[in-house]
Amino acid sequence: MEVLGKAVALTATCALLAACGGGPGGGGGKISDDKIVLAVLNDQSGVYADLSGKSSVTAVEMAVADWKARLGDDAVTTDIEVVSVDHQNKPDIANSKAQELYDRQRADVILDVPTSSAALAVANVAKSKKKIFMDVGAATTALEGEQCNKYTFHYGYNTYMLANGTGATVTRDGAKNWYLVYPDYAFGQDMEASFTDAVKGAGGSIVRSDPAPFPNDNFSTFLLKAPGLSPKPQVIGTMQAGGDLVNLVKQYNEYKLRDKGIGLAVGLMFITDIHSLGPDALAGTKFTDAWYWNATPENRAWADEFQAKAGKRPSFPNAANYSAATQYLDAVQRAGTDGSDAVVEELEGHAFTDVFAKNGTIRPEDHLLTHDVSLAQVKPKSEVTEPWDYEKILSTIPAAEAFQPVSPDCSMG
Amino acid sequence: MLEQAFNGLVGGAFLALLALGLAVIFGMLGVVNFAHGAFYMLGAFGAYVLLDSYGVSFWVALVAVPLALGVAGVVLERLFVRRLTPLDPLYNFLFTFGLALILQDVVKRQYGVQSQPYPRPAGLDGSVNLGLFDYPAYQVFVLAVSLAVCAAVWVVLARTRLGMIVRAATERPELTRALGIDVGRWVTPVFGFGIALAGLAGVLAAPMRAVNPLMGGDLIVTVFAVVVIGGLGSIFGSVAAGFGIGLVSALGNLYVPALSQTLVFILMAAVLLWRPAGLFGREDAPA
Repeated sequence: MEVLGKAVALTATCALLAACGGGPGGGGGKISDDKIVLAVLNDQSGVYADLSGKSSVTAVEMAVADWKARLGDDAVTTDIEVVSVDHQNKPDIANSKAQELYDRQRADVILDVPTSSAALAVANVAKSKKKIFMDVGAATTALEGEQCNKYTFHYGYNTYMLANGTGATVTRDGAKNWYLVYPDYAFGQDMEASFTDAVKGAGGSIVRSDPAPFPNDNFSTFLLKAPGLSPKPQVIGTMQAGGDLVNLVKQYNEYKLRDKGIGLAVGLMFITDIHSLGPDALAGTKFTDAWYWNATPENRAWADEFQAKAGKRPSFPNAANYSAATQYLDAVQRAGTDGSDAVVEELEGHAFTDVFAKNGTIRPEDHLLTHDVSLAQVKPKSEVTEPWDYEKILSTIPAAEAFQPVSPDCSMG
Repeated sequence: MLEQAFNGLVGGAFLALLALGLAVIFGMLGVVNFAHGAFYMLGAFGAYVLLDSYGVSFWVALVAVPLALGVAGVVLERLFVRRLTPLDPLYNFLFTFGLALILQDVVKRQYGVQSQPYPRPAGLDGSVNLGLFDYPAYQVFVLAVSLAVCAAVWVVLARTRLGMIVRAATERPELTRALGIDVGRWVTPVFGFGIALAGLAGVLAAPMRAVNPLMGGDLIVTVFAVVVIGGLGSIFGSVAAGFGIGLVSALGNLYVPALSQTLVFILMAAVLLWRPAGLFGREDAPA
């Protein structure tokens, strides 16, 4: 009866929203339009295009193909479409594209969406349309904090995880005095606050913290200032990302600060950043990584498959998008429908391990995926044995410690 | 403090080279070259491609890339800019702006937005003792090249017949023509030279800055502010303002980091209020 009731309610909702479009063409009435549409909304032309962008669309397509192969005839539907749109990292474009994807393209789930402000805009759309949104690319903890909602999931990483992993570990390893340089916009300010907490929590102190313009190609003032600060910082913590990070690291090496006893810790680094700088420029730098392609044989096998299709080694957002798409499809399979409420119910509290998420749990309270993450160190070129072989995994940070406790600010409503 | 000031001059070296190129082009042609940042980016990418694909060293690139871009500038002027110059200035404005977007996207398509690696040239790896402090050798080199180029341009302008023509054409184009000087003959090479300067700045930037398709677009806004502060079309003004702004933003970063992003533009607004034609511009200049 329960199941029947749900199905009736779903059909009714379907009719009300006119989401069933083409009418009852086939037998699978539980899947809207008889097909599942996964939409990847991300940056395909700007600063994040190389680390996610089109390669994450490839990853999602792989997830669909693998899922179909795994379920075969048991699949709730085999009509699954992947669409993708460029949001140019702009919240207003993300907002209108998300509405269009849910309404016109009949997207059942939106994936990726880097840039925190854009992700928060899409979370709002998801809430009002009652459609699922699984964010991979954005780092802000607001997605599972004050702006959390029933239909939004945060998948992969966040500022807390980055700061806590790197800040606390490097401090415990002996670098007590920190000089923080961060880009002066929402992400940088978030990271600076999280890092300050993590460093102080581990018994360290922040000697000084400077906002830098964004974007910026000249960090020499900050770098030159570092040795003269009192007390002298043992490590510079940079929250810069992408091209800014590359600028800062090049200039850090120019001034030979490592020789002057000042180390470098990076808040957010993707494997594509190491690739741009060359491993020697960053050798020894510690950072928190959500996933590394060469960490386990399983990761490597998947990375080989990915490389065959995308022509390069996967970044962690690639793997996270693969995992999110797979978990979404599994949830639809378990629910027997792509109705949002039923799928949310299946995702909430789901515990699993897959190629991306080790010991993964989707927390029912705030929809954050917690999973084991790694503290990684960049290898010097002499230890690099193959292309993209840049990281040494120093330790695993277990899921329970890696992410923040559930925020009291989140109410699903 | 001294070290920081020196460091500001190095930052200013790039601004001065770029501003100088913009100023000569604007002075001679009356064209605001919005594609200047894109040529700076092409300079850096030229150095990268030469090294990465052909193993050509930084030193060869330092000469070859600006030359190649200078030739490209000449072709560009002959084929397009020349035809648009007699029309409303808006046409060249739109043309160069569109060109910048096209160049940027072509490079983006080919190489992606991720920065490309470029090592410091051999021989300039270490640091130099400047008496009071040690400074990275490469940056001293950048400053020296920039100063030498600016000085050479100044000598050419001040001491040679070519310089006299360019200066005259910059200040009073109609009168110069009326005196029987073929200004048109010099327009094309000057345009090519301006582009070559942007390319040179790009090659110099490759070892110390992120080489990616967006590098020019990010910097060019500041360069425009520099040119405006110096006085549109004023060649000396643009160089002086380039180094000056480098210095000011370094010291600004040091004392009021939160303001550093806006400092250049606050300064520009202040200068324009005080001297609407810029520090070294002439009040009656047609700008």
